[in-house]
Amino acid sequence: MSEVLVLIDHVGGSVKKPTYELLTLAAKLGTPSAVFIGAADQAAGAAEAVKAYGAEKVYAIDDAQIKGYLVAPKAEALQQLATKVAPAAILLPSSAENKEVAARLAIKLESGLITDAVDLEEGGITTQSVFAGGYTAKAKVTKGTPIITVKPNSAAPEEKAAAGTVEQFPVTISDAAKTAQIVASQPRKASGRPELTEAAIVVSGGRGTGGNFEPIEKLADALGAAVGASRAAVDSGWMPHTFQVGQTGKTVSPQLYIANGISGAIQHRAGMQTSKTIVAVNKDEEAPIFELVDFGVVGDLHTVLPAVTEEIVKRKG
Amino acid sequence: MNIVVCVKYVPDATGDRSFEADNTVDRVGVDGLLSELDEYAVEQALQIKEKRADEEVTVTALTVGPEKAVDAVRKALQMGADKAVHVTDEAIAGSDAIATSLVLAEAVKKANGGEVPELVMCGLASTDASMGVVPAMLAERLGLPQVTLASVVETQGDQVRIKRDSDVATEVVGGTMPLVLSVTDQSGEARYPSFKGIMAAKKKPLETWSLADLGVDASQVGLSVAWSQVEETAARPPRTAGEVVKDEDGSGAAALAGFLASKKFI
Repeated sequence: MSEVLVLIDHVGGSVKKPTYELLTLAAKLGTPSAVFIGAADQAAGAAEAVKAYGAEKVYAIDDAQIKGYLVAPKAEALQQLATKVAPAAILLPSSAENKEVAARLAIKLESGLITDAVDLEEGGITTQSVFAGGYTAKAKVTKGTPIITVKPNSAAPEEKAAAGTVEQFPVTISDAAKTAQIVASQPRKASGRPELTEAAIVVSGGRGTGGNFEPIEKLADALGAAVGASRAAVDSGWMPHTFQVGQTGKTVSPQLYIANGISGAIQHRAGMQTSKTIVAVNKDEEAPIFELVDFGVVGDLHTVLPAVTEEIVKRKG
Repeated sequence: MNIVVCVKYVPDATGDRSFEADNTVDRVGVDGLLSELDEYAVEQALQIKEKRADEEVTVTALTVGPEKAVDAVRKALQMGADKAVHVTDEAIAGSDAIATSLVLAEAVKKANGGEVPELVMCGLASTDASMGVVPAMLAERLGLPQVTLASVVETQGDQVRIKRDSDVATEVVGGTMPLVLSVTDQSGEARYPSFKGIMAAKKKPLETWSLADLGVDASQVGLSVAWSQVEETAARPPRTAGEVVKDEDGSGAAALAGFLASKKFI
């Protein structure tokens, strides 16, 4: 079977969960090989992590010439690797940067590209959620090496012991690729909560919070959930844009989504409509969000949420 | 200095959107408009022009799409763009992002007398297909760097500095023109066309080009040569509204806790 390349999603060598989901999906198309682009001394640790999820090989690409630049050097590196390996497909976790890397790679390799897949079947058939989650589309790459970006939470990662043999892959990065530079970077403070796009439960707040996110955050912490916000809450300056769920923010697909004081405009639905279970708390019984819910409470979030939080804490003992 | 802003004509997201029998987006039988997310790119282009008042800056709005797509560049002209180009050709229908970026790349060059302009600007993504990959593809085809997803844009001479929120950090990114620049909806509210702007737009140059005008062969674009094919599309079954209860004296919280427990979330 041919190899399927999976780009490892990691922060400082620590491998993130979507990588394991992609490795699980990759096994449907061929033999998974992981690609680590990062500091040379972190490759072995990453390889140790991915070999438990079926990575037979791990290509280690030293990012000395890559980090600090945007997109283009990564695309060049992956092009060189793909040319050598001739993989059956290349899978990348769907992030804003990876989609751009995939876009450049598609042109370089003259290969078709599918973004934001939520499932992948034998034969390379992808499922995507389109039009704000109102439709699903099944698609297939018909030219070149299929390049597919996959959304977090698209598969349950399956542990599968594999060799995880590390192979150093030297790359040559052109000067032209090093022209857009990261001048300064301010890492975000860790909240201690799960990543919004990867979380199993998301608790969101909107205009109805009136700017007070404390009830939202306390409920989120009781459930071990991530915190989200509607565009109205972000535009009001109550939450940073990175918390925004919706068309121009993050798309989430958790097991449980709890929308509080959010009316449910199409732009917000686009970001959460594919959640497995949807719950809403809103004072306005006419709010369109109630058309989507599995369970809804017409009431004031400022009284309902603290009471629910207390009940959860009590039940969890 | 020349700025070409790429804009897209999309079906109105608040109306009913659907697919044609060949699984392409129905762009004809629906109400369309300039993609909201591209308005931010037009706005930032106009702001750059206004800030660089001591030099001549020309903002050209460019769109690729069916006959009605001309409305997208008309709106950009009304907002204040100096000229517009509409590339339309029956052969383009059904093109994927890869073919679209080819047509755009040739049109960007032709709109600037055969050369790459100092700035090629785009929105964050379209509101229909929303892949968000065209700016990167365009950059690759034009051989340019890209600085994307800007929430704040500053230019000085040939230098571009942007601020953006990535998943893990807030970054300042810099590049040297020429480059491809995309902006998000955080970059600042787009202006409404004024009455004066609407009247002035009628006199501004608007050119219509075919593939032949661009020297692109019809066999390189369209649905049949797309590098990926949509095999089927299906409307998601509408979510059936579940139970909605009214909170009275704490009953709502108890009911909600009961629901969460029944689904094993607590």
